[in-house]
Amino acid sequence: MAETLPDSLPDPLLSVRNIETYYGPIMAIRGVSLDVPKGRIVTVLGANGAGKTTILKTISGVMDPQKGSVTFEGAEIQGRDPDWVARRGIAHVPEGREVFPFLTVRENLLMGAFARSDRAAVAEDLDMVYGYFPILKERAEQQAGYLSGGQQQMLVIARALMARPRLMLLDEPSLGLSPLLVKEIFGIVRRLNEEQGVTMLLVEQNANMALQTANYGYVLELGRIVMDDECGRLLESDDIKEFYLGVKKDAVRGKKRWRRKKTWR
Amino acid sequence: MELIQVLVAGIAQGCVYGLIALGFVLIYKATEQVNFAQGDIMMLGMFAAFTLIAIAGFPWWLGALIGIAITGLFGFCLDAAVLRRIIGQPQFAVIILTIAVGFIFRSVAGGVWGADPVSFDTPYGGMVITIDENETGRTVLDVAELAIILGTVVLVGALYAFFRFTRIGVAMQASSQNQLAAYYMGIPVKYVISLIWGISAAVSCIAGILLAPKIATFDPDVGFLAITAFAAAVIGGFGSLPGAVLGGLIIGITEQLAQAYLPGEYARSIAPVSGFIIMLVVLLIRPDGLFAQIQRKKV
Ligand SMILES: Nc1ncnc2c1ncn2[C@@H]1O[C@H](COP(=O)(O)OP(=O)(O)OP(=O)(O)O)[C@@H](O)[C@H]1O
Ligand SMILES: [Mg+2]
Repeated sequence: MAETLPDSLPDPLLSVRNIETYYGPIMAIRGVSLDVPKGRIVTVLGANGAGKTTILKTISGVMDPQKGSVTFEGAEIQGRDPDWVARRGIAHVPEGREVFPFLTVRENLLMGAFARSDRAAVAEDLDMVYGYFPILKERAEQQAGYLSGGQQQMLVIARALMARPRLMLLDEPSLGLSPLLVKEIFGIVRRLNEEQGVTMLLVEQNANMALQTANYGYVLELGRIVMDDECGRLLESDDIKEFYLGVKKDAVRGKKRWRRKKTWR
Repeated sequence: MELIQVLVAGIAQGCVYGLIALGFVLIYKATEQVNFAQGDIMMLGMFAAFTLIAIAGFPWWLGALIGIAITGLFGFCLDAAVLRRIIGQPQFAVIILTIAVGFIFRSVAGGVWGADPVSFDTPYGGMVITIDENETGRTVLDVAELAIILGTVVLVGALYAFFRFTRIGVAMQASSQNQLAAYYMGIPVKYVISLIWGISAAVSCIAGILLAPKIATFDPDVGFLAITAFAAAVIGGFGSLPGAVLGGLIIGITEQLAQAYLPGEYARSIAPVSGFIIMLVVLLIRPDGLFAQIQRKKV
């Protein structure tokens, strides 16, 4: 396994360099680079089909990039099996609430800790996630398939947490949830980051929520990064306001500005 | 009291079907593949036990244990070396492959052990328990049949505990219910699936070893039994472990009842296919089988 020196920000926990990922002949990711510094929340925004899920799948090893590298804690991990990547410390929370429907909530959570052998600490962490998600404690012995959508979303986040990951990949945790629940989930994501020190890569369509939660953001369009900045500044950006926050503008220029500014990479 | 005798024979036969059906369903749940070589794996297990016990002279229990272990390992390797590599191919490719593999096993067994019936001694083989004796005759129970029933109860209990209470057992359930999510948990899914193949093969071997003293002799075609076991799995819903065993019991009991109580010619012709008749009826009434799980699994 080749070790590469991080080449940009100080100590990026994860750095993705020029990855290209295909579905058969279809090129879904067209040379994306991004960094996730330790201890921070980084978000990737993009419309349907932009390639957000594909980026996460490439990082977690479900898909292999044709070109480019994924470096985690100094080691290249692209092309590895997803279970190997998970045991290495990256927890992928996929879109669409992928619970184990016939296992109980508790068994689901314990499966999150499958790769760990420190039993006492796993028991403590179970209490810890019950603290963040009290509803899961109430439903501990119920089959996960019978939870509501929002509860399942909490379960998959909690389950990923049980692995004690150093990096969490969150794929659209707000999808299909009520505004109140979205707020609650993002609040917990923030607390997990602050209190547990979990670094997060958060993929979202809910730009407003994501930009308020994260520190740094990338904007993805058709498989390319077209913009990246501190979230505070992205929130102020006219492009973001217009195309992701739905703020009506006097539409002097109907075209997407970043295209004309040639920020293509 | 002939009925008791018939029922015990039916339950015992049903347990054998049930165990083989369990083997089908374990693999199906984990991989959505139907392993049509299941019966031939059982056959190989029986010949492994035959070789160890009758030829090499091992005591029965030791020969049986080693035979089960070898067959389990064989199932593991069959997946790791062959089946795993065709993941993602269309279903029918897998089905044809397992059928072909079964043919190969049968012809190899014919070459190695010959086509003539063989047998190995089981300590309780041929023993009977007399439960009722009067002037018209006596009712006896075959100990081999009682051993099948007892063995099945113990094995099913052990499997239940394994899947429910051990970490690797729960991980097997998890991998069967949602393979991708299992990968995300760091579960080595490929290894887990091979383990399931190993367990499935070992269970089939146990079924064969329990069956051996009941049928006295066997040859490389003994694995055709699995076609009836397949019907049992379908009746059970093909995704339900308890359903597989119950499906087996339903077929086993029906076969014996048909054989005992249908008039003359019919008994001989109907009994062997009664399982398929039940399967047809069940499929017409409840296409998903009797114990289908409601939720579709995600792959
Ligand atoms: N299984 C697949 N086979 C072929 N093409 C695919 C497949 N999955 C995704 N794609 C294509 O790859 C591109 C990126 O898809 P991806 O799922 O990464 O988008 P996304 O940004 O996550 O979208 P969404 O917000 O809808 O989840 C899309 O153009 C899509 O059509
Ligand atoms: Mg997506």
